[in-house]
Amino acid sequence: MSKKEEIIRVDHITKRYDENAVLDDFSLSVHEGEVVVIVGPSGCGKSTILRIMNGLEPIQKGEVTYRGEKVDGKLGSITRIREKVGMVFQSYELFPHKTILQNVMLAPLLVQKRDRKEVKEEALQLLARVGLSEKKNAYPRQLSGGQKQRVAIVRALAMHPEVLLFDEVTAALDPEMVREVLDVLLSLAKEGKTMVIVTHEMSFAKAVADRVIFLDGGHLEEEGTASEFFDHPKTERAKQFLHTFTYDKVEREEER
Amino acid sequence: MNWEVIGSYLPLFWKAMWLTLQIGWIGIAFATLIGILVAIVRFYKVPVASQIAGVYIELFRNTPLLVQLFFLYFALPKLGIPMRADFTGAMGLALLGGAYMAETFRSGLESVAKIQTESAASLGMNKSQTVWHIIFPQAFARSVPSFVANVIFLLKETSVFSAISLMDLMFTAKDLIGLYYKTTECLVLLVFFYALILIPVSVLGDRLERRVRHAEFGD
Repeated sequence: MSKKEEIIRVDHITKRYDENAVLDDFSLSVHEGEVVVIVGPSGCGKSTILRIMNGLEPIQKGEVTYRGEKVDGKLGSITRIREKVGMVFQSYELFPHKTILQNVMLAPLLVQKRDRKEVKEEALQLLARVGLSEKKNAYPRQLSGGQKQRVAIVRALAMHPEVLLFDEVTAALDPEMVREVLDVLLSLAKEGKTMVIVTHEMSFAKAVADRVIFLDGGHLEEEGTASEFFDHPKTERAKQFLHTFTYDKVEREEER
Repeated sequence: MNWEVIGSYLPLFWKAMWLTLQIGWIGIAFATLIGILVAIVRFYKVPVASQIAGVYIELFRNTPLLVQLFFLYFALPKLGIPMRADFTGAMGLALLGGAYMAETFRSGLESVAKIQTESAASLGMNKSQTVWHIIFPQAFARSVPSFVANVIFLLKETSVFSAISLMDLMFTAKDLIGLYYKTTECLVLLVFFYALILIPVSVLGDRLERRVRHAEFGD
């Protein structure tokens, strides 16, 4: 385990919708500078974990803390915590009535009451970094999915978060656009940003992850470094899951 | 058709139009205010107030304006509340319109996806910041087409004001027809003046819809 400071601690949480347990006694800790990737079949509770880390879902048992402080959507402290825990959604969720620049600047101005000039300068720099300077006065509907998602990442970054949560950020994108978004995530990882990523892109997961969490049916099935998990999975379930991403070359019968 | 008659009636209709406009706009302004308040109460399910608002909406949407005006103008004074005709007209329009506007704004609020609220929350915005900067602007933009339709509908409804002897366009036309039997001229003037009021409203409404469209169709 890393000697770095623990930032987020998820401690034996249970989450139920009605009677169905979505997460069952799940624990996870995220340390400074670490990139944790959560993988698993659809409906296994991956996205729910991120939403709980951001106080967007109530839980029935256990506790989530950010630097020792309880994360709970009902507490007044939640807005202060969310400033430090950025989140990017699968469906981008830019504000459609605001321009790209306004989308990025809104929260730093409103929530952090920072100086407008400084915020604007930084917003423009961040947009330039993801190659979207010329879109600053456009509205979200004028952008492609990949561009919107890059803006959503920039919008989260403008708050100077300590941790970034990415919830299947490429799941709604065309294949060519997946790359442009994942490249941004890779460059953030290179900078040493702390991130928790839920994704279905296995080759990306392998490239970016310090640690992989494999989740199935609300349970932690397996945990390990990227190479441990992808090259030498220990559990049957993980092997089976990873197998769905590989295809054997078809050999025609007459060629045998 | 006698153009001389039309010429001599013009000032009377012009005056009547201003009365229609004045009472119309005051009524619509209050209808909008009532609509916003009632929509918020309904949308956020404020206890008790929400139920009262529900009864109010159903009551006023399901009774004719004429009946509402009669009630306000003739029944309230019997209960010891004196009512002036112009005040009654504006109040009736505000109450009827408020019920329609409330439903318009509520469906606007409901059309803003919940995840937009979560997206704002995840940026550290508190409830009131989210409501003012994210929810209301989008809800309003989506309400505009049906808001404009309500304004046009309410302005047309003012034509029943004559029943409580307000000297609006309809009253003036009926009065002149009764006195001089110049039916065609009066009806032509009536159509002309209602169109004069309503066509600009439609045009302005169209402009407004186009201006807010970028917020309406989000990503």
